[in-house]
Amino acid sequence: MSPTDFYHTHPITDGEILTHSVTLDVTKCKGCTTCLKRCPTEAIRVRDGHAVIENARCIDCGECIRVCQHKAKKAIFDKLEDFADYKYKIALPAPALYGQFEGATDLDLVLSALVDCGFDDVFEVSRAAEIVSEYTRKFLERNETLPHPIISSACPVIVRLISVRYPLLVENVLPVMPPIEIAARIARKEALKKHPELTDGDVAVIFISPCPAKVSYAKNPIGIETSAVSGVLSIGEFYFKMLSAMKKITEPTVTAQSGIIGISWAGAGGEASALFNEKYLAADGIDNVIKVLDEIDNGNIRNLDFVELNACSGGCVGGVLNIENPYIAKARLQTMRRYLPVSLNRVGDCRLDNYEWEHDLEANNVSTLDGDRHEAMRKMREIVALTESFPGIDCGSCGAPTCRALAEDVVRGKANPDDCIFLMRDKLRMMVDKGEINCKNCPKNKANPS
Amino acid sequence: MADSVRLEYMIDGDNFTSAGEASVMVKKSLRQMGFDPETIRKVSVAMYEGEINMVIHAQGGKATVDVYDDKIVIVLADRGPGIPDIELAMQAGYSTAPDNIRSLGFGAGMGLPNMKKYTDEMTIESEVGVGTTITMVVNV
Repeated sequence: MSPTDFYHTHPITDGEILTHSVTLDVTKCKGCTTCLKRCPTEAIRVRDGHAVIENARCIDCGECIRVCQHKAKKAIFDKLEDFADYKYKIALPAPALYGQFEGATDLDLVLSALVDCGFDDVFEVSRAAEIVSEYTRKFLERNETLPHPIISSACPVIVRLISVRYPLLVENVLPVMPPIEIAARIARKEALKKHPELTDGDVAVIFISPCPAKVSYAKNPIGIETSAVSGVLSIGEFYFKMLSAMKKITEPTVTAQSGIIGISWAGAGGEASALFNEKYLAADGIDNVIKVLDEIDNGNIRNLDFVELNACSGGCVGGVLNIENPYIAKARLQTMRRYLPVSLNRVGDCRLDNYEWEHDLEANNVSTLDGDRHEAMRKMREIVALTESFPGIDCGSCGAPTCRALAEDVVRGKANPDDCIFLMRDKLRMMVDKGEINCKNCPKNKANPS
Repeated sequence: MADSVRLEYMIDGDNFTSAGEASVMVKKSLRQMGFDPETIRKVSVAMYEGEINMVIHAQGGKATVDVYDDKIVIVLADRGPGIPDIELAMQAGYSTAPDNIRSLGFGAGMGLPNMKKYTDEMTIESEVGVGTTITMVVNV
């Protein structure tokens, strides 16, 4: 195995610390340009025939996993076995999990299956979602002077996208912890109260996730120093274990404590509709989200109080780690929530010290060319000139998603203009014309054998 | 002078759905050069309004943005119908936009007033039947 092979079997990031979940199977990656073109933050390059992700730009949306035809992109997540040493393990099921099982019309059945799969207890994230809904309603009333519209912070991909691409909008993001975090904190608190013999280090709080972004969130949370989530399992991987456990259940042992509002967070529009305020917008799918953010950034969306954005089409049921088709899962959830109360969880019931972020969201200036304005302007002139010199067909053969992106890479010292196969071809022709290189098979030499 | 960066965009007058794209590209470039959010906001709003105007009234045109370290100069030039009465056109709420555009929420008569509001200098040169050139300056 050569050193290059070794490098590429590791997570395909070029930064020092691994905080992202997406990895590459080097044996499967063909170095095609599919993921390159699809990445919303232009974080992927093809180098040495394989995809490489720039850590600072990746927002964990999972689009590259979704589009890879060679199944070379994967998300890494934890395994339940990794937590064998913990005395007390609590499962945090995402609301999307309930919609994955055909024939399961009862939340209790899904929750009981989790316990049978090796957890000591279950805490529904949909419960925390109801608390966030109530908290957000109050927050909107209290903070009428904040920049509007307020943008939901529940989807970590959206929050990272805003910090990378929309520095003007960081102040619009709702500075409240997402349901996963509040669920983890309450679950820990309750477990320690119920079992005084346990210490905080004995308790593992494990999220069952529909998306890779939550893996990254647990390692590198937004707005707070450390997350109370100990690990993240994939719905897709845990599905079969749960399915066989579910078949053995005759009488559920766990009673669900979520209402319609909490369950509805699984799909796009669920969070926004729970605010009981018609001045909202809900968009889903990364391309649609970017269009909406561009409009907000341009100041064209007025008279709205709240904007709910989901990176995945359909919302969390569209997460790339799910098993079931998102629309079928959503339809199933409509049946499951039918006879549930509107909401079962209130802020006052499980009083945490804090529901809001510990620090402000900062704009990530990864796109800035140089800290010095004059130097940045010089680089921009070079980028404009280089982009002009490229063919402008955005073929991706150089390993960058667009001709403009290649120009930026060149100016940042990460690529060479000759990486453009069209410039290279012209250069070779010129060298042959000048006789600097001799090519026996060159059509010109064939025509004039002398 | 030699230290400025010139960004040029052709504004496509046949494609209303792409109106506003040049503004997004200018914004990205200014951000990469490290300009402050407030300056970027001013330039992108002024640019956006001007772009929309060119598409609605003048079948497109050309936008040239010259970036200096202390100011940004935006020149929007079109070969449209021209503005017969500039003073009237500058009045908030005055609009000649057609109904089909108004149904999309445009044509509120705030384009030119907003361009003036968000920039430090604005000059309009217009000749009926020849075209309009608007020059705007945002000081950094």
